[in-house]
Amino acid sequence: MAVMTYRDALTQALREELQRDDRVFLMGEEVAQYNGAYKVSKGLLDEFGPMRIVDTPITELGFAGVGVGAAMVGLRPIVEFMTWNFALLALDEVVNAAAKMLYMSGGQFKMPMVFRGPNGAALQLSAQHSQAWESWLAHIPGLKVLTPGTPADAKGLLKSAIRDDNPVVFLEGEMLYNTKGEVPEGEHVVPIGVAELKREGDHCSLITHGKMVLVAMKVADDLAKEGINIDVVDLRTVRPMDVEAISRSVQKTNRAVVLEEGWEICGMGSQVVDFIQRECFDDLDAPVLRVHQEDVPMPYAKNLERAAKPDAAKTVKAIRKVMYLD
Amino acid sequence: MATKVVMEALSPTMEEGRLVKWNKNEGDQIKAGDVLAEVETDKAVMELVARGDGVLRKRLANEGDASPVGTLLAVIAAPDENIDSIVGSGGAAASTGAAQSAQAGGAAQSGSAPNQAVADTREAPAKSPVPQAPKQSQGEASTPPQQKAGGSSAPPSGPPPRPAAPRPPAAPPAPRGNGASHPAAATDGRRRSSPLARRLASDRGIQLGSIQGTGPGGRIVKRDIENAKAAGTAAGRSAAAERLATEGDFKDVALTQIRKTIAKRLTESNGPIPTFFLTAEFDATRAAEMRKQLAEMGDEYKASFNDIVIKAVALALGEHPEVNAHWLGDKIRQFNRIHVAMAVAIEDGLITPVLFDADRMTLWDISAKARDLAGRARERKLMPEEYTGSTFSVSNLGMFGIDQFTAIINPPEAGILAIGGVEEKPIVVDGQLEVRQRMRVTMSCDHRVIDGATGAKFLQTVRRYIENPLSLLI
Repeated sequence: MAVMTYRDALTQALREELQRDDRVFLMGEEVAQYNGAYKVSKGLLDEFGPMRIVDTPITELGFAGVGVGAAMVGLRPIVEFMTWNFALLALDEVVNAAAKMLYMSGGQFKMPMVFRGPNGAALQLSAQHSQAWESWLAHIPGLKVLTPGTPADAKGLLKSAIRDDNPVVFLEGEMLYNTKGEVPEGEHVVPIGVAELKREGDHCSLITHGKMVLVAMKVADDLAKEGINIDVVDLRTVRPMDVEAISRSVQKTNRAVVLEEGWEICGMGSQVVDFIQRECFDDLDAPVLRVHQEDVPMPYAKNLERAAKPDAAKTVKAIRKVMYLD
Repeated sequence: MATKVVMEALSPTMEEGRLVKWNKNEGDQIKAGDVLAEVETDKAVMELVARGDGVLRKRLANEGDASPVGTLLAVIAAPDENIDSIVGSGGAAASTGAAQSAQAGGAAQSGSAPNQAVADTREAPAKSPVPQAPKQSQGEASTPPQQKAGGSSAPPSGPPPRPAAPRPPAAPPAPRGNGASHPAAATDGRRRSSPLARRLASDRGIQLGSIQGTGPGGRIVKRDIENAKAAGTAAGRSAAAERLATEGDFKDVALTQIRKTIAKRLTESNGPIPTFFLTAEFDATRAAEMRKQLAEMGDEYKASFNDIVIKAVALALGEHPEVNAHWLGDKIRQFNRIHVAMAVAIEDGLITPVLFDADRMTLWDISAKARDLAGRARERKLMPEEYTGSTFSVSNLGMFGIDQFTAIINPPEAGILAIGGVEEKPIVVDGQLEVRQRMRVTMSCDHRVIDGATGAKFLQTVRRYIENPLSLLI
């Protein structure tokens, strides 16, 4: 199996799907001439030409709307946002048009499109450009929300997203693009809505998604040195959520910590905890704890930014607490 | 870390126990699992085992003392560990009957009111061998203050010491945020436990009251249940509970409206168990002949009338599952397995050892097992799992010359069969007067579960077996 970066895995998925189906096209700011702000579309303009790799003006609402229209007439657009912070300007098209079109047209218009781009904080991009949006988007009926944390899942889930007939929100990460991992060649498709047990242990379940999967793996390594073995449940898709995988793990370990990049209130973790209390009430030996960004706009100062972000140390502390070790 | 040795609930109904004998002396090295003492419960003499390692530093109860469940009996600790505060505050907690059995209250109090614990330690030993702190908990103090426990004959001088610190305040407002990040302040006397711990305790038939909680605020968590099991607390009950709870071994029957009405009306009339009685007289002539022939074959073939009746009842229950049932309030549970209890008189009461799967035992198995159980019952050596878990009961007073009596149902069972003595009587058979061996039985039935005709049909089946006793040997 080839080892490649998360970025290259995405490029590979785009290339394979552009080759596989000529209704698929990519558009966004600087995706063509500049090869993408994060080089995810590198080489695609040369291979597929300007009709399928389309540079747009800096008008998120405008080109998102073009994408919705293209999907209505049978194309399969991939809309790249330079970051999801900029996609706020396009939310009317995402939430009010794409997510509701099938429903409001009485089933006449499918919406086979993907909105993709980096989500969450990078380093010192300050309050307006360091936000994790998955709980906003997962709130909306009609959207599917995918959050791959590894190169293999990035490729497999992007292929599933492009082939899906519903609008799919695809959340990448600036800090993930350079991470490496093994990626299966060719037809590697990860089903939407299926979590993966990335690490197995009996003592506690750590449920997470997206960029925090890397943190979770480090936590699992650190705790293993103390003889504590945890399940790392990577949700991979946060809507629809794989409740069965969560229950299966918690019913085994009797304890859970939920780790996410975003804020506490109405975060993805709130939903996970709700599923756990419903499905696993009699299995719980401790309250479920959450690890998340502190409830403040992301600070610019390096030390404060570090303090505000969820990390391995905070997660270890929470796991020790639900295991009644501290 | 020091381990408190407390009076544990060693039987399902035990509220207090009498310390019969100490097996260990102060200063002895103790390993978890060692038998520290023998304790007489309401049913039997049981072993009290150590839950921790160390040295038996202090014994707080004398042989012969009766103590409520939860009372501190001894302390196991490292040889050089200071145990004054445990002997002080532990004893104090024992007299409230709360913290001792690791109720959340005790732990939370010692956390929230350290001054009080210090006060107890300082004052109590001077006044009485077992400190008699006043009630600390605002919750239920289920156990009265203990007056006579302790190793000294010196009576307590003066009134019990009062705590120097004020009474702990009422429960603080519920903490915000994650529950586990704050100690559960359980001054309301509630016993805190995790949902999992409650489920495990219920599955294993362990009473939470007998468990020491080690979670925040004294919360009983999974490891406490597991440790309790390892230490043997109520292991017997758990076995019995599991025996009856195994899936597939019973069928729950939802209550129909008519059944609900029968239950409600008849309980008003004759409650709480609306019992009716069915009496029948069986011909035991053939059974008596069979007994005689079996006895002639040798001692190992001997069987009593009681054994014969138990075997007949067990087989009949197999044909009438509606009688082999428990009344559970909101439903009737019919068992597929047949566990027959037999009442055995003991010196100062009675006990009902159980013949498990009696329908599958041969007559001689029943005979041997019944003899063994009755013998050990009289010596009070039965384990709890040997006298719990029955689905139906039989009581026999025939050996006392009683020809007929009514027995009292042992809830939640639905019936009990009272067996009278076998005696010769003149009976008309085919127009001729003959002398026959006759046996009178009376079945007490819980009318919520068993209707008159149901019970009568069951007795017909029992009659068929008793009057054709070879069928019991097949």
